[in-house]
Amino acid sequence: MLSDLAVTALRFGFLILLWILIISIVSALRRDLMIGQKVKTGQPSAREVRKNPELAAQQPSPPKVQAHRLSVIEGPLAGSELPLAASPILLGRAQEATLVLEDDYASGRHARLFPQGSRWFIEDLGSTNGTFLGDTQLTRALPVEPGVPIRIGKTVIELRP
Amino acid sequence: MSELQTAPKSRRNTELLLLLLALVVGVGANMLVGLDQDRAFDQDFFAQSITLAAVALAVHVVLRLRAKYADPVILPIVIALNGIGLAMIHRLDIATGDAAAARQLMWTGLAIAAMIALIWLLRDHRVLRRFTYISLIVSAVLLMLPLLPGVGVELNGARIWVNLGFATFQPGEIAKITLAIFFAGYLSTNRDLILLAGKKVGPLQLPRWRDLGPMVVAWLVSIGVLIFQRDLGSSILFFGLFMVMIYVATSRISWILIGLLMIVFGGFVAFKLFPHVTARIDGWINAFDPEVYNRIGGSHQIVQGLFGLASGGLTGTGLGQGRPDIVTFANSDMIIAALGEELGLVGLSAIVLLYVLLVTRGVRAALGTRDSFGKLLATGLSFTLALQCFVVIGGVTRLIPLTGLTTPFLAAGGSSLLANWLIIGLLLLISDAARRPAVPGPSGASHAPRPVSGVRGRSTTGRARTDGNRTHNTREVKQP
Repeated sequence: MLSDLAVTALRFGFLILLWILIISIVSALRRDLMIGQKVKTGQPSAREVRKNPELAAQQPSPPKVQAHRLSVIEGPLAGSELPLAASPILLGRAQEATLVLEDDYASGRHARLFPQGSRWFIEDLGSTNGTFLGDTQLTRALPVEPGVPIRIGKTVIELRP
Repeated sequence: MSELQTAPKSRRNTELLLLLLALVVGVGANMLVGLDQDRAFDQDFFAQSITLAAVALAVHVVLRLRAKYADPVILPIVIALNGIGLAMIHRLDIATGDAAAARQLMWTGLAIAAMIALIWLLRDHRVLRRFTYISLIVSAVLLMLPLLPGVGVELNGARIWVNLGFATFQPGEIAKITLAIFFAGYLSTNRDLILLAGKKVGPLQLPRWRDLGPMVVAWLVSIGVLIFQRDLGSSILFFGLFMVMIYVATSRISWILIGLLMIVFGGFVAFKLFPHVTARIDGWINAFDPEVYNRIGGSHQIVQGLFGLASGGLTGTGLGQGRPDIVTFANSDMIIAALGEELGLVGLSAIVLLYVLLVTRGVRAALGTRDSFGKLLATGLSFTLALQCFVVIGGVTRLIPLTGLTTPFLAAGGSSLLANWLIIGLLLLISDAARRPAVPGPSGASHAPRPVSGVRGRSTTGRARTDGNRTHNTREVKQP
């Protein structure tokens, strides 16, 4: 049997231990939150440039071109154009799609174009035959620059300023 | 590109350190509970401590091998909670002479083994998107099982168990995972439609009637669970899960308003029609009424829990020193009251904070992952954990009516333990996908070139290629 003093010490010791665990977790998180910034691609921040001056030289800022139209270059709908608003665009054979593709190689809900910040992104919605940006098949949402062709089945579309 | 934009660290060593600290907490709690009775280092203590440490380290090794970039704090938090739960159940066993801790230990082992199998075999959460509609069917079957005669068992007034021969199991616990998978798959595919169509009334954009369909189905499922299984907690959980996921998918406040209206309507009807709901509400509002207190199934349990919390005070009576065993179901429904009595407000807030941290890590994984299915799934699963905590702790502290949900990882109950560990497995996988260095995209200018070296680079590129576009149904295979 332990003395009362020892039992009391252990009792408070356990509460302190619990809070030590929490404080260590939070301090581990504080460092962890930085990781999201490290994997960030695109423009280096001002502080990063100050630390590594070569970063600024390596990344000339790309000219900002806002896309305002979506035009179909190839495929059954070639020549048609669609003005881009602030809402996402669904591409596919389904009747609900914003741009209904009459294309046997397209899926019902094939891909979606959506605006984020000042850019448009394309995301494949799990189509059967895939979506190609330039000549790479999409595996995740990617930003679309004006003039880069997007191929869905036999249809090719691109964004125009 | 400089060091700044190279691959992130895997941070498995941080996890190991925190895991050891979490094990010290769990084992320390287990030692303290037997201290007063001179049973600090009996056989049970060693069996539990060694098993807990072994399974925790096994998960850690599996994460090193299979999900290198998984979030480093999720596992330590859950191990700490599970360890504290085991200690408290062990402590209540000493008082009541039960053997619940041994069962809980077995289920902990089983649940962690199932989670390891999940991480090992699944590898990428996006595969689950293929099973969107299968998950719906599986959920329906799981929810129906307890109602089948012969299989289903009714315990304590709720018909949510099935008899497996050696043990009873609550299939509804697993159904919350399959429902989350279905909602995530459905909403990530149909989000734009639900988002764009519909009339605008003032600041609200109302959804179309046919887009309301799934919400009505979710509502009917919840009401069905409430009527036929008499399980208020799960009913709230399923509906809350759907409401949050559709809100996150569409960011339309109108869904929340419609959902709340449906809850108010359903709750009011249930209160008027079903005696078990009426009794719960009565035991909540008039808890200290002697007549309600003495009634069978009245407020005896919740009031005793409140007395326990009160006698705990700020720093608690100390583990093994209180009388938490007076409360009925002290080791399952009321384990928060038992912990509050023996650890006090200081200890209980630490436990609540552990849950808060766990949920924030789940939401952080949702923010970080790149596919909308994973985002929705991680949000839904973290919210499930959060809602369970809110409903249980709110019920014990008499903020809301007491319902039959379990406190994740703390309460005795195998099915809940299994389901919650599987949720943790999925969150770990999603956080791994979120923190894994991105595969350089085709539009090279906007993406930093990244040194691709050795096994890591090869495996990431290989994975992205195989699972990219094949994660969905193949409705439209037409090759003329």
